[in-house]
Amino acid sequence: MLTLDRIAFRREDFVLHANGSVNGPGIVAVIGPSGGGKSTLMSLIAGFELPDEGRVRWNGTDLTELAPGERPVAVLFQDNNLFPHLDAATNVALGVSPCARPLPAARRSAEEALEAVGLDGMGARMPGELSGGQQSRVALARALLTDRPLVLMDEAFSALGPALRLEMLTLVTSLLADKTVLMVTHDPEDARRVARQTIFVEDGEIRPAEDTGDLFANPHGALARYLA
Amino acid sequence: MAERAQPLGAAGAVGIAAAAAIPLLILLATVAIIRVAEPGSGLTQADWAAIRFTLWQAFLSATFSVTLAVPVARALARRRFPGRGALVTLLGAPFLLPVIVAIFGLLAVFGRGGLVNSGLGMLGLPQISIYGLHGVVLAHVFFNLPLATRLILQGWQDIPSERFRLAASLGMDAGAVNRHLEWPMLRQVMPGAALVIFVICTMSFAVALTLGGGPRATTVELAIYQALRFEFDLDRAAFLSLIQLAITVFLALLAYRVLRHPGFAPGLDRPLMRWDGRTPALRLLDGILILFAALFLLVPIASAVVRGLPEVLGLPQAVWVSALRSLCVAGASTVLVVALSVVMALAATRLRSQGSWIETAGLTALAASPLVLGTGLFVLIHPLANPESLALPVTALVNAFVTLPFALRSLVPACRTIESEYGRLADTLGLQGWVRFRLVVLPRLRRPLGFSAGLAAALSMGDLGVIALFADPDTATLPLQVYRLMGAYRMDEAGGAAVLLLALSFGVFWMLDRGARRADA
Repeated sequence: MLTLDRIAFRREDFVLHANGSVNGPGIVAVIGPSGGGKSTLMSLIAGFELPDEGRVRWNGTDLTELAPGERPVAVLFQDNNLFPHLDAATNVALGVSPCARPLPAARRSAEEALEAVGLDGMGARMPGELSGGQQSRVALARALLTDRPLVLMDEAFSALGPALRLEMLTLVTSLLADKTVLMVTHDPEDARRVARQTIFVEDGEIRPAEDTGDLFANPHGALARYLA
Repeated sequence: MAERAQPLGAAGAVGIAAAAAIPLLILLATVAIIRVAEPGSGLTQADWAAIRFTLWQAFLSATFSVTLAVPVARALARRRFPGRGALVTLLGAPFLLPVIVAIFGLLAVFGRGGLVNSGLGMLGLPQISIYGLHGVVLAHVFFNLPLATRLILQGWQDIPSERFRLAASLGMDAGAVNRHLEWPMLRQVMPGAALVIFVICTMSFAVALTLGGGPRATTVELAIYQALRFEFDLDRAAFLSLIQLAITVFLALLAYRVLRHPGFAPGLDRPLMRWDGRTPALRLLDGILILFAALFLLVPIASAVVRGLPEVLGLPQAVWVSALRSLCVAGASTVLVVALSVVMALAATRLRSQGSWIETAGLTALAASPLVLGTGLFVLIHPLANPESLALPVTALVNAFVTLPFALRSLVPACRTIESEYGRLADTLGLQGWVRFRLVVLPRLRRPLGFSAGLAAALSMGDLGVIALFADPDTATLPLQVYRLMGAYRMDEAGGAAVLLLALSFGVFWMLDRGARRADA
């Protein structure tokens, strides 16, 4: 369970408040207008930013002081998910061993993770030789291998076309079924398709997670305006 | 604010220490000079003459370089021809070219018994002499015409191509394009280019050493050298250094404000599609200009090579030993530049917006001209040890300071880009410290680092400045050896040594720059 305990974050004239929790496993969508605080929320959970007040907890453990690498959190960014100078398998293996030439065991598990995302035998390819969809799959393979219980996806597939995006979402649903996945998306349709729950973020206010079906069936004021 | 505090790390801390140490060392050298400087009865007539000559030759050099560069740059901007890219690259070459090699080449063309004078002799015309004011200016134009051309060509490339399309659709002829597009750009670019060249020419010691001299053609730097080496007058050398320092600091501050483009910016080999200036007369004119510029650059270098190449294998052992010495100095200088620029760039990245002073700290090393810095170090070392015994380390250090600003200028933005693109990914993967540097930063920094290392090696290899102040007869570097051979009128050996120096300078640059690119692929 991810708990945001009375978080306050201020940056110039932007203020973000978050209070509440997310129960896993499953996919939770984060939607809302741009500039509303979706990415800041992700940064606070991942540890790129520190809250001015409040704590971030995972199953009761306080994460607030931990560096990003020490948190039980894997992140898929919108771009630059892969180091372009390292091949696909090495990029995946970085999830478990930080070296340019992974040990045979790490390399093997990386190849297995690549297989799981449908990239059998592509381990030696450089990121530049892969399509956008394939690059996303490599990043997903790393998240699989890292085996961190909380996965953040910050518009991870927004650069892909609709068909590819749907494919990736389906893959995430099946592969990360035992993880808690927070998925920022600018397309409410993504939320409707795969998210058990949805969080609406606007003007720095983080609404509690609600059942996606209920939320879209009876959108309240701000959400209705956003969806309109 | 609530931004996660970036851990500075060991490298960052070293970087801050290095960035602080450089201005401190400059300050120390300056204080040492001030303490020793003996104003005596103020500026003598000879001092005034040196100041006047320094400024006058720099003014003439800058004026000729920029004025001649405008038509050449325009010709390059509006013509496309095979070899254009190579020619533009060649314009960058004088930066790496050891001064003494160019001087040797210029002597072969314009000197006594050179190509030009032979031609004049056959026509029964009087001979010209390359020594004195016009020789100094000629050499400076040789070095700086290409630089000015690149700076101005950059200005041309910066004019958005849409404007040229608009001009074409409005049916403007070359004159109208000139008035509406080119002249406004030139008015912005030319003063900066002229100022940079002016600054460079006030500090160019090797040209004054070889082609100047005497009461009517002595620069302040040459006067420092003579006071130190021939009159053993440390006080006077220090006093002259203060004058030179005042000149350079004033001009450097001025130039720093005006200069935007470092002069080897990428993208110059991309010709614009142009519709004006298609008349045969203009095409002929541009062709002649380009040919003239190429010949002016190539003939002296080619003459040096033709003259010296057959002599290389027969060079005496002393030359080979000095070549080895130069390689060691260049190697040490390169290692220093790479280490300093990397830790300083990392520190600047970690300090984020507070890190801009680090680059400025690197620039202070350039504000004191290498010869003045050398004099300061001489004054500092003199009471403690024999400066001659430290000639090579001091040369390596001062050479490193000359390249450091260029290295920082490419490495700091590169490091910042790496951090902004991959910093968070590295953070979530827990890549920190050495592993992060080795795995993320170094591979992505390889190209600018290779280029900087190549620059450092080539500039140090060809440097004829501080070494002349410090060296005893037994510790000559290769450039100094060439100079001494020329001074002794052993021109065959000087030519051979010059060709060796040329090959080594471009060789080390090519090796480091290409090596990094190959590893990158």
